[in-house]
Amino acid sequence: MVITDEIIDYVGILAKLELSEEEKAQAKKDMSDMLDYVEKLNELDTEEVPAMSHTFPLSNVFREDAVTNGDDRENLLKNAPEEKDGCYVVPKTFD
Amino acid sequence: MDITKLTAVQTGRLIKDRELSVEECVNACMDSIEKQDGNYNCFVTLDREGALKQAKEVQMKIDANELTSPLAGVPCAIKDNMCTANLLTTCSSKILSNFVPTYTATAVEKLQDVGAVILGKTNMDEFAMGSTTETSYYGITKNPWDVTRVPGGSSGGSAAAVAACEIPFALGSDTGGSIRQPAAFCGVTGIKPTYGRVSRYGLIAYGSSLDQIGPLAKDVTDCAAVLEAICGHDKKDSTSAAGLDTDFMSALKDDVKGMKIGVPRDYFLSGIDEDVKKHVLAAAKTLEEKGAVVEEFDLGMVEYAIPAYYIIASAEASSNLERFDGVKYGYRTQSFTDLHNMYKKTRSEGFGPEVKRRIMLGSFVLSSGYFDAYYVKALKVKALIKQAFDRAFEKYDVILGPVAPTTALTIGESLSDPIKMYLGDVYTVSVNLSGLPGISLPCGYDSKGLPVGLQLLGKAFDEKSVLRAAYSFECAFAAERRLPNE
Repeated sequence: MVITDEIIDYVGILAKLELSEEEKAQAKKDMSDMLDYVEKLNELDTEEVPAMSHTFPLSNVFREDAVTNGDDRENLLKNAPEEKDGCYVVPKTFD
Repeated sequence: MDITKLTAVQTGRLIKDRELSVEECVNACMDSIEKQDGNYNCFVTLDREGALKQAKEVQMKIDANELTSPLAGVPCAIKDNMCTANLLTTCSSKILSNFVPTYTATAVEKLQDVGAVILGKTNMDEFAMGSTTETSYYGITKNPWDVTRVPGGSSGGSAAAVAACEIPFALGSDTGGSIRQPAAFCGVTGIKPTYGRVSRYGLIAYGSSLDQIGPLAKDVTDCAAVLEAICGHDKKDSTSAAGLDTDFMSALKDDVKGMKIGVPRDYFLSGIDEDVKKHVLAAAKTLEEKGAVVEEFDLGMVEYAIPAYYIIASAEASSNLERFDGVKYGYRTQSFTDLHNMYKKTRSEGFGPEVKRRIMLGSFVLSSGYFDAYYVKALKVKALIKQAFDRAFEKYDVILGPVAPTTALTIGESLSDPIKMYLGDVYTVSVNLSGLPGISLPCGYDSKGLPVGLQLLGKAFDEKSVLRAAYSFECAFAAERRLPNE
């Protein structure tokens, strides 16, 4: 499959990645090679086969909505790139 | 006595018999790491101080008979994608290069509960994406058998550390072969348990429907002991299974009489090294001579496993790695214009090329217009692969084959051609897609003296048959078994 600049730019938006021109050229080639390779799956007729997301039968697990963990705010915020007054600091999101 | 040459269970026994102290064992491993790891680079983080503190506490509990596990007091290492409270956990990525978790992964906690002592965190392919441990932000890990070669991956640091006798055992994770293939390349033993056998809580996710934590160790007995310690249901992982039939040590019997072993003919058709083929088939012969009923058969679907796997794993990875956005933890770019620019620059600077490649592919196959053609198609093929194994396991107790088509590759050999690297996963990925257990153990040495791995697969939650077959083979192979530099 031919990967166009438009596709790469669109996937970049979905993936939240900003690629340099060099990286874009490489990504076009890599993705195109890989998609050609996975074309192999089309040799198989899967019309009647149900898609399988989980191998073993699993059903949803419900529990009471009760808090069991303690307040760990101070420790959690130690990992934040930037924090202020017990909150995460992010760039301005609207004017 | 050289403590570092002992297996984990041997070490534990000597500690229990008061012939060794926990501190002595920790120091012996630390010294071995300090002496050798400059050459091999198995570790990202070492925690001598923390380990000595743990050693003291564990020794007291052993002396008070509060800890009786075969692993009580035994030093170990943890792959750096499992969270360890107050100990740096990087996933070998720049984006987590400053991440100190506030909690510990369940599997690691279970090891601590039985008294294993954690010495440090091992190197890996960034976010477990790779088969060579070359994509780590912390540099390449080298194979102790030949430092010009890769240790395999992604749990390459764990496998190499065990092979080099830096540590008796380590935890790894396996999404498409990441325990079994490095075990094979480094001549050690590793198990990928049945999906759900071990809690994934605290394992930094790559492909959530495929990931499983398991042991890498010197022998089958150690693997059984570690698996027994870390398995079981965990409320924090709803896909983990209740602990049925988990007395794995009881499966270690040198007896395969009447065991039905299938050898897939289509594993040996093309692309496999003659040396690998020879030793794996010889292993089948050995088990047959011990009384197993060995039969060749056509498994089918072999050539479709890699394309299906890379679509599913990349799709799940692109979704799982969305959380790395430079807000709550990890690396954040220095300069940015607005929120979206901050996300994009943080991720572009924080992830390496292989991770970006898989995020891009995953985002594409999940995107509107391509979702059915790629992602849903792969899930259907996954169902067919599972059916092929189900059919095989109606006839056989265990399936025997190679782990990888080659022995350890030269550093740099596969990085330039991703598809070539992916093709090396042909014998391992289908096992993750089907959720089945598999063990990798040494079965010979090629003409260059590099270890060859044997893979034994079992039915879901039947690790015991796999362990019994592996243990029986190991008993027969004991005289030929070597360490690197021997």
